[in-house]
Amino acid sequence: MRRHLNTLYVTTEGAYARKDGANVVVEVDDAERLRVPAHMIGGIVLFGRTSLSPALMGFCLEEGIAITHLSEHGRFLARVEGPVSGNVLLRRAQYRAAEDPEKAARITRSMVLAKTVNQRAVVRRTLRDHGGAMDDPSRASLEAAEARLSDIARRIERPAGVDGLRGLEGEASAVYFGVFDAFIRKADPFFRFEGRSRRPPLDPVNALLSFLYTLLTHDCRSALETVGLDPASGFLHALRPGRPSLALDLLEEFRPHLADRLALSLINRGQVGPSAFRRMDNGAVLLTEDGRKTVLVAWQERKKEELLHPFIEEKVSIGLLPHLQAQLLARHLRGDLDGYPPMIWK
Amino acid sequence: MSALESASRPAGDEDDLIPLSALQHYLFCPRQCALIHVERAWAENRFTAEGRVMHERTDRLHAESRRGVRTLTALPIRSSRLGVHGVADAVEIHAASGSDRPFPVDYKRGRPKEHRADEVQLCAQAMALEEMFGVQVPEGALFYGETRRRFPVAFDDPLRALTVRIAQEVRATIESGATPAPSYERRKCEACSLLDLCRPKVLSRRRDVASWLRASLEDEPPCEDT
Repeated sequence: MRRHLNTLYVTTEGAYARKDGANVVVEVDDAERLRVPAHMIGGIVLFGRTSLSPALMGFCLEEGIAITHLSEHGRFLARVEGPVSGNVLLRRAQYRAAEDPEKAARITRSMVLAKTVNQRAVVRRTLRDHGGAMDDPSRASLEAAEARLSDIARRIERPAGVDGLRGLEGEASAVYFGVFDAFIRKADPFFRFEGRSRRPPLDPVNALLSFLYTLLTHDCRSALETVGLDPASGFLHALRPGRPSLALDLLEEFRPHLADRLALSLINRGQVGPSAFRRMDNGAVLLTEDGRKTVLVAWQERKKEELLHPFIEEKVSIGLLPHLQAQLLARHLRGDLDGYPPMIWK
Repeated sequence: MSALESASRPAGDEDDLIPLSALQHYLFCPRQCALIHVERAWAENRFTAEGRVMHERTDRLHAESRRGVRTLTALPIRSSRLGVHGVADAVEIHAASGSDRPFPVDYKRGRPKEHRADEVQLCAQAMALEEMFGVQVPEGALFYGETRRRFPVAFDDPLRALTVRIAQEVRATIESGATPAPSYERRKCEACSLLDLCRPKVLSRRRDVASWLRASLEDEPPCEDT
C-alpha cells in the first residue's frame, strides 16, 4: 500500500514541472517556485496552460503516480497513462461481475446504500449542530428528509436490480439536494442553493461542488488504476465511452462527507466569499484562480485528517480512503470478500 | 528437444515458465506468491526493488577468476523439468575430474531461516544448471549477509523431491489464477512487504460483508466528527 501521498496541484499559468534528481521542481518564468521530494508525491494535477517534462512524466508512470490535465476552470481534459499494468484476471473478473445482474446489483446496492446513509448523516449532523437555531419550517424539512432517506435506505436493502437501485439513488439525491440549502448557514443570498446544476454550474455552491467532485474523481480514478481495476467499467453508472464509470461509482460513497461537507464548511466558515467566484455572461459560475487555491488547500488539509476505518478497523488518513475502497472492491471481485464493504460515516 | 525435455517437460512452451523467485515466495507464503505472480499486485515496485538490490550485489561481484575458480554472475537459467526460469546470482565453475562443474551460490541479505525456501530456490538453480550444462551438480552454497557466512547445501534426493513438488504446486497456483485465502501469522505477516495489500487480519476475520453492512447500519451512535 502506498503511504498517504500528496497530490501536487500546478495551478499557475505557464508553470513547468520537471524532475531534478530525486526532486520535483516547479518553475514559473524560469524561476524555481517549489521543490518537493518526488517520493512524497502521489498524483499531479495540472490546470490550464501548465506542463511537465517527459522525464518527470516517465518517472510518474513508473511509480504509478497519476497525472491529470484539467482546463483552467477544472474541467477534465486528459490523463497520462503508462503501459497497461495490473492484472488482466482482475479486470476480467470485473467485466464478468458487470455482466452478472445479481453480482452487479449486490455491488451497486452497497454503493447506493452507503451514499444514502452518508447523505443522511449530513442531514443528522446539521440537525444536531444547528437544529436548535433553525426556524420551525427548516427544521421540519430536515427532519422529513432524514425520515425519507431512512425509508429509502430500507428500500435499498430489499432485493432489486441495478435499474431499481439507480432509481432509489436518484430519489435519495433529490431529497438530499432538496434540503441542501438548509445546510448553508450563511445568510448571504449569494450562497442560496436552488438545485443541482452541473453543465455548467449556475451558482457558486454548484461551482464549488463540481470542482470538488472533479478532484475526488481524479483520486478515485487513480486509486482504481493503482489496484488494477478498469475505471471505465462501472456498475451503478452505465457504460459510456469516455466516462470513468467505476470512478464515478466509487465517488458516490465519498461525496457527502468529502466534497459536500467540505464545500459547506468553506462557505459556513467564510473561507470562500463572493470574490472567489466569477459569473460568466451565460450564467455559468466558476471559481477564480484564488478561489481554486483556497479550495485546494482546504482539500489537501482535509485529506491529511485521520479516521477509524469502520471495516478495516485501522486509523487511516482520509486521502487514503479511495485507495482502500478500491482495494476492498478488488478483493471482492477476486473472491476474497463475499461482498463490497463501502465506506460508511457514523 | 532433448530426451530429458521430452520426457519430463511440463505442459506449455517457454511462456509458461514460472519465475524461480516464485518458489521462494510460495514457501514463505502461498498467498504472497499469488499476490505477486497472479494478481501482479505491486509487482513492478517489488521487482524494481529486488532488481536494484540484485544489481548492487552483482556490481560488486564481477566475473572473476580466483584460484582456478571462474565465477559467472547474473547468469540466466532455466529448467524444463521444473518449468522455471530465472537468473542465478553467481555460479562458480569448479574444476572436477573430467569436466567443469557448476556450483551455484545464492546471496541472501538476511540470515538462515527455519523454512527451506532458500535451499529450494538454490536446488532449482542447480537442477537448471544440470540441464543446461549436462553435468551433475551435487552441491552449492548460500551466503547470508547478516552472518557473513557461507553454508554449503547438498542437493540430495529429499531436497530435489521437495523442489519438484513445490514447483508443481506453484505452477498449479499460478495457473488457477486464484489467490489462497489469508491466514494471519504475526511474525511472518508483519515482516511481509505486501501486508497492507494482503490485509490478512481483516480478510480472515471478516467473511460476511452483508451482515457487517447490516450491523453497521443498525448501531447508530450519534454522529461523530470525522
